[in-house]
Amino acid sequence: MSEKKTKRRDFLFTATTAVGAVGAAAVVWPMIDQMNPDASVKALASTEVDISSVTPGNTITVLWRGKPVFIRRRTQEEINEARSVKMEDLIHPEKDEDRAKNPEWLVMLGVCTHLGCVPLNDKGDYNGWFCPCHGSHYDTSGRIRKGPAPWNMEIPKYEFVNANTIKIG
Amino acid sequence: MSEHNYTPKSKVGQWFNDRLPLLTLANHLTDYPTPKNLNYWWTFGGILTFCLITQIVTGLTLAMHYIAHADMAFESVEHIMRDVNYGWLIRYIHANGASMFFLAVYIHIFRSLFYGSYKSPREIIWILGIIIYLLMMAAAFMGYVLPWGQMSFWGATVITNLFSAIPLVGEGIVTWLWGGYSVDNPTLTRFFTLHYLIPFLILGLVVLHIWALHVPGNNNPIGIDIKKPSKDTVPFHPYIVIKDGFALLMFMIVFAFFVFYSPNILGHADNYIEANPMVTPAHIVPEWYLLPFYAILRSVPDKLLGVVAMLSAILILAVLPWLDTSKIRSAVFRPLYRQFYWILVADVLILGYVGAMPAEGLYLLIARVATAYYFLHFLVILPVLGFKEKTIPIPLSITEPVLGGNPNLAMVKQKESKIE
Repeated sequence: MSEKKTKRRDFLFTATTAVGAVGAAAVVWPMIDQMNPDASVKALASTEVDISSVTPGNTITVLWRGKPVFIRRRTQEEINEARSVKMEDLIHPEKDEDRAKNPEWLVMLGVCTHLGCVPLNDKGDYNGWFCPCHGSHYDTSGRIRKGPAPWNMEIPKYEFVNANTIKIG
Repeated sequence: MSEHNYTPKSKVGQWFNDRLPLLTLANHLTDYPTPKNLNYWWTFGGILTFCLITQIVTGLTLAMHYIAHADMAFESVEHIMRDVNYGWLIRYIHANGASMFFLAVYIHIFRSLFYGSYKSPREIIWILGIIIYLLMMAAAFMGYVLPWGQMSFWGATVITNLFSAIPLVGEGIVTWLWGGYSVDNPTLTRFFTLHYLIPFLILGLVVLHIWALHVPGNNNPIGIDIKKPSKDTVPFHPYIVIKDGFALLMFMIVFAFFVFYSPNILGHADNYIEANPMVTPAHIVPEWYLLPFYAILRSVPDKLLGVVAMLSAILILAVLPWLDTSKIRSAVFRPLYRQFYWILVADVLILGYVGAMPAEGLYLLIARVATAYYFLHFLVILPVLGFKEKTIPIPLSITEPVLGGNPNLAMVKQKESKIE
């Protein structure tokens, strides 16, 4: 047997394996991707909420993409409290000005960033929210202050369609 | 192995066996030489096989009536309980059967820990067992989601969110697992599919587990290698079959007690409230068999490290054959290991207890100490013990201590033949 023939066969083995692997990956990907959110789930991406009935100091909870969204009309006291906090006291430093463009309205996902439970309103050591599952405390801006949660509660994309309507998503 | 030379008596049997040696297999299983000193802790392999078959049969029948849809799942389970003939019985057997399955598997695992059954040459049997155990946990978790009650929904939310602790790709993985932006109908349907699939994967692994067992043969209470077949063994049938059968009957009494007298005691009342994504129950607890690991998760204040600790607590078992450096298998001949073994049993029970309690104050402190000890046992105590411990001399055969304890095997043989 000559050297040349062995090399030719090695090349064929490698090439066949490579083509086979690419083919297998191409078949496997649709099987994996089918589990990602489908078109109908994505189509529910935005929701409009009437907020005319919410009085200061109250929160309404609406469902958006299967998750609760807290819409809180904050009192002046709560706004002052949220805006006077020093950045170095925060676990996940974010300015309240960046979290609530319109200071009276705080719109955020009502989902604890620890393991996804729904925190309770007007509870906890910082007058904001408290998660009963594993004990995370959030302040009046929904920022994590104490407990196992790593981040502040998430602010979704939203806009005021008019003075009484918020569009989330 | 003499049974491989087996020839069926009948002509038809021979004809068939030459083409598919099923009768050789059956003969191997009945004649299989088993240590004659196996005690009742060894009957849980058979009991676990029974549990698996029970779960598969009751699961199949429940699937004929269950509807895997977020709007109908809860109602269809109530329909099974109220309308379907004997639906209540089949569902209670299935739900309590999961608990019985874990009860048996924990006894089976701790038997292996006591008698050193995981040691060479049985490492592959042990690792297959750990994989089966992991699959059991996955199946149990997904099965608990199917009734779509409050505990189903929030248990699913919390457990799937564990993956969000993975840096960078975590959130993407969670969305992929959910098939949406929260636990919802796509999550339910895929969990149903996987819950249906996993028991059959377990069945396949059980065949490998038994196959791997039949290569070296059973370990035994004194943990020594024995000659097979010999004076130290009895054929599997009828000796072990009868013993396993009796133990299974006793086990079924306990099983039936739960099914008929307290079918909901092991469940959580909140799961009779339909899933509500807007309200989290005040106190989320997993099923009892997952509590020790839940306690480990909560004892670590950091999200990612908590998840890592919980997974490590399970996966550390897979490398146990190499962490335990002692050559002596059975704890009967390891006076120090025997004590540490019972401390570990207590440690796991304590973890289970604090896992069911709120993670605060004294409970949290206890959980942290117990978690630290759990890892200490496997990572420090076991490796060191193998070198430091003064073990008791092991007998040369199972028969030897009975016949007078001569350490010389040839002498024992001679003695035995004289007695005969």
